[in-house]
Amino acid sequence: MGLLKRPLFFSKEVSSLGRYALQRLLGVIPLLFVVSVLVFMFIHLIPGDPARLVAGKDATLEEINGIREQLGLNDPLWRQYIDYMGNLFKGDLGNSIRSGLPVSDMLASRFMPTIWLTIFSMVWAVIIGVLIGIISAVKRNRWPDHVGMITAISGISVPGFWLGLVLIQVFSVQLGWFPTGGVDSWSSYVLPSLTLGAGIMSMLARFSRTSMLESMREDYIRTGRAKGLHEFVVVGRHALRNSLIQVVTVAGLQFGFLLGGSVMVETVFSIPGLGRLLVDSIAFRDYTVIQAELLLFATEFILINLVVDLLYGVLNPKIRFDSN
Amino acid sequence: MEKLLEVEGLKTEFKRDGGNVMAVAGLDFHINSGEVLGLVGESGCGKSVTSLSIMQLLKGTPGRNAGGSVKFKGTDLLRLSDKEMRRVRGKDLAMIFQEPMTSLNPVLRIGKQLEEPIRLHMGYNKAKAREHAIHMLKLVGIPRAEGVMNDYPHQLSGGMRQRVMIAMAMSCHPQLLIADEPTTALDVTIQAQILDLMKRLKEERSMGMLLITHDLGVVAEMCDRVVVMYAGRVVEEAPVKELFENPQHPYTQGLIRSVPKLRQKVRRLESIPGNVPDLSRMPAGCKFAPRCPHVMPQCLTAEPELLAASGDASRKSRCWLTQETELKGGTGA
Amino acid sequence: MSQQSTAAEHHSSGGSGGEAAPAKRKSAMAEFIRKFSKQKLSLVAGIFIILLLLVAIFGPFLTPYDPDAPDYDSMLSGPSMKHWAGTDEYGRDILSRLIEGTRLSLAVSLSAVFIAAFFGTILGLLSGFYGKWLDRLIMRSSDVLFSFPDILLAIGIVAILGPGLTNVVIAVAVFGIPSFARMIRSVTLSAKETLFVEAARSMGAKDRRIIWRHIFPETLPSVIVNVTMKIGGAILAASSLSFLGMGAKPTEPDWGAMLSMGRDYLSIAPHVVYFPGLIIFLTVLAFNLVGDGLQDALDPKMKN
Repeated sequence: MGLLKRPLFFSKEVSSLGRYALQRLLGVIPLLFVVSVLVFMFIHLIPGDPARLVAGKDATLEEINGIREQLGLNDPLWRQYIDYMGNLFKGDLGNSIRSGLPVSDMLASRFMPTIWLTIFSMVWAVIIGVLIGIISAVKRNRWPDHVGMITAISGISVPGFWLGLVLIQVFSVQLGWFPTGGVDSWSSYVLPSLTLGAGIMSMLARFSRTSMLESMREDYIRTGRAKGLHEFVVVGRHALRNSLIQVVTVAGLQFGFLLGGSVMVETVFSIPGLGRLLVDSIAFRDYTVIQAELLLFATEFILINLVVDLLYGVLNPKIRFDSN
Repeated sequence: MEKLLEVEGLKTEFKRDGGNVMAVAGLDFHINSGEVLGLVGESGCGKSVTSLSIMQLLKGTPGRNAGGSVKFKGTDLLRLSDKEMRRVRGKDLAMIFQEPMTSLNPVLRIGKQLEEPIRLHMGYNKAKAREHAIHMLKLVGIPRAEGVMNDYPHQLSGGMRQRVMIAMAMSCHPQLLIADEPTTALDVTIQAQILDLMKRLKEERSMGMLLITHDLGVVAEMCDRVVVMYAGRVVEEAPVKELFENPQHPYTQGLIRSVPKLRQKVRRLESIPGNVPDLSRMPAGCKFAPRCPHVMPQCLTAEPELLAASGDASRKSRCWLTQETELKGGTGA
Repeated sequence: MSQQSTAAEHHSSGGSGGEAAPAKRKSAMAEFIRKFSKQKLSLVAGIFIILLLLVAIFGPFLTPYDPDAPDYDSMLSGPSMKHWAGTDEYGRDILSRLIEGTRLSLAVSLSAVFIAAFFGTILGLLSGFYGKWLDRLIMRSSDVLFSFPDILLAIGIVAILGPGLTNVVIAVAVFGIPSFARMIRSVTLSAKETLFVEAARSMGAKDRRIIWRHIFPETLPSVIVNVTMKIGGAILAASSLSFLGMGAKPTEPDWGAMLSMGRDYLSIAPHVVYFPGLIIFLTVLAFNLVGDGLQDALDPKMKN
């Protein structure tokens, strides 16, 4: 019995977590479907004839008709959607109206700078944000708390594009420490990441403060103190463990915020990423690229939320060992 | 008999929006070693605050110590530094709480939580601490103790969790166990089991116990002596037998009357008319006067002292009525 | 037994609360004002917002120069006694343009948030009150909107509708609706359970009357807090869109557009970027501080 205990207990864990994961996954599928329909409809929602839009202002009638034929715009909508999705699964997102290049290639070449930017921003924002939150909670209503919370609300209120420009002016133009833009070296990611992470850092600082204060009101904190544990252990092990579950969830949900913010930051710092591509495509009315970008961002956002949900399940023993 | 814990003039203040209030207003009592002292009263009378003040666990509450002393084997706990107090807490003085559902950390395994004080106070390494923790779980009657070590709190029932709490409190061989309503949140049958367990462990370990409860049934079963609290004060103190046979204070009398003759274990003390007075609007004289069936004019103006009965130092009461009859008896003789 | 007595207590206290509602509401108002005034920073922010609103209303009387008049003799000159915030690349007085832009920026963000609050509140009330398929439809739709990161949704909408401030208002309003709807729905659900709604219903009141007279007042504090909180975000979103060239035309004295234009002169005349950004920052900060203050005052649970 004692020997059997360990494997049994693991299988229980796995099955419970699996059930939870399956539930989340099934929940995401209809959402992805609706989002794909919406994005597909995008080109039809633009006022005017899609074929004329795609062909450009100076196109002749024959050219427009040719494009209409080529894009299958004469087919019924549901047929078009199926074709669109079919191509999508083959990796074909159509060609750019402006450059004629395959959209999938364009996205691929722009993918990595955005990913690096997002990761760097997230990492520093989570670390500093949670740290400020803990300190503020422990020193509640004293000066470190006030400094932390004023920093946080300022970080939420500052326009990202302005913060970026100020950082460029001070650290690139005046001090010459970092490049003003581009992605030629890792150091060129420093200022953009600072800019992009500021908002999330602030949000996490506020959230983890609230969450820590809540945790520290719980009965088990008193139990920890009654055991004679050092306050450092009580806060760092008992309160923080509980708060982190929520903090991780919120941090993940803020990822979408980063995706949106990357549009601004990439514009300010001239980073050849997905966000910059989106802005340029809108300026040039490159609808196929816009469409693909929206789909990519939304899918990414939904999948990140799914991962966060799963992570929450892994971190929270109540879900990991749900007996029902 | 040696005094294990001696509380003198203990005052605990609570910060409130409209100024501070005294939740515990000058408390005196003691616990002898090997003795179970019951601390009884309605909710809101300051029982739990008293226990937190003794353990100095007021951090995180609006309360703070405002005077008096709590001597544990002669050392005043209130004068210890944080570091010295941490060495006492969980080792010499241990505590179990009312809510077994929330008193354990939901995201840490039972084993981890049990090992914490053992490693801290006994200096055991991980393997030895684990062994000791399993031993403690077996001691409190938990079947499949090894398995429970790997469980999370939500996988256990309330009674099992309270057993874990007891195992945790007892793990470093405390000399005094403070139990704050340890069975209130449990089912009736589980209550009896937990009380039996506590009684047995107390006998085996010959430790002192401060049992805080509103349940006179529990008091009758567990305690050697009883201190009755009302509005942050001791109103009566007596050995348990005498208290039930001949309660002196009208409040104690009311409490005992509210227990039905056929003894049932679950019973809220609700049948004394009126409510515990609000801490910020205390009556001037005796704090129980507004609810007292025997109230006299002097009760409304002056508060009686807690005085020992003549000829019996073990009995004390804070009532003009008993002190007057003492007086009369004295002149008569 | 003990459970019964607590249930009875609960009922009686609920009943007396219902009877004493007008008196309670009045004292709650006083309590709210007292609590809000205690938050010094929020109070200062509130005064700043009132000043800003006055500037927006009386802007044309306050501008030291014509905000659109170029002065080719002093282009990109830094802050001085003559031009407190300096001049832009056409020599236009930046302070005057900022004052002029206050009206524009506040009008855009306030109207976007009010539109979002209006539709969001209605949808939330309907969703919470009627439940069933209507609730599911509204909530699933808001899930879909939520699956686009907010600013991207706005960018997408502007990409469809074309650039311009009116379309910015629509875009910012649309992505504000789901959060209002969700919040009002949850308040509605709890308000629906309270006794006085049941009482009103048993007396044969019409649904519309119940929603309007009994549930809507309950949601009002949340609506007010959320409106205040969202204005800051709306200003940020609107100025971001203008900065990206999707909002105000470059010639308009919009704060975001001014920043966008000034960007090219960052290295030689940073004041062109600093002042518009600073005013956006301070305005958003003020609305967020007031929102925090309102939330603390209206929701005592969060205070400690």
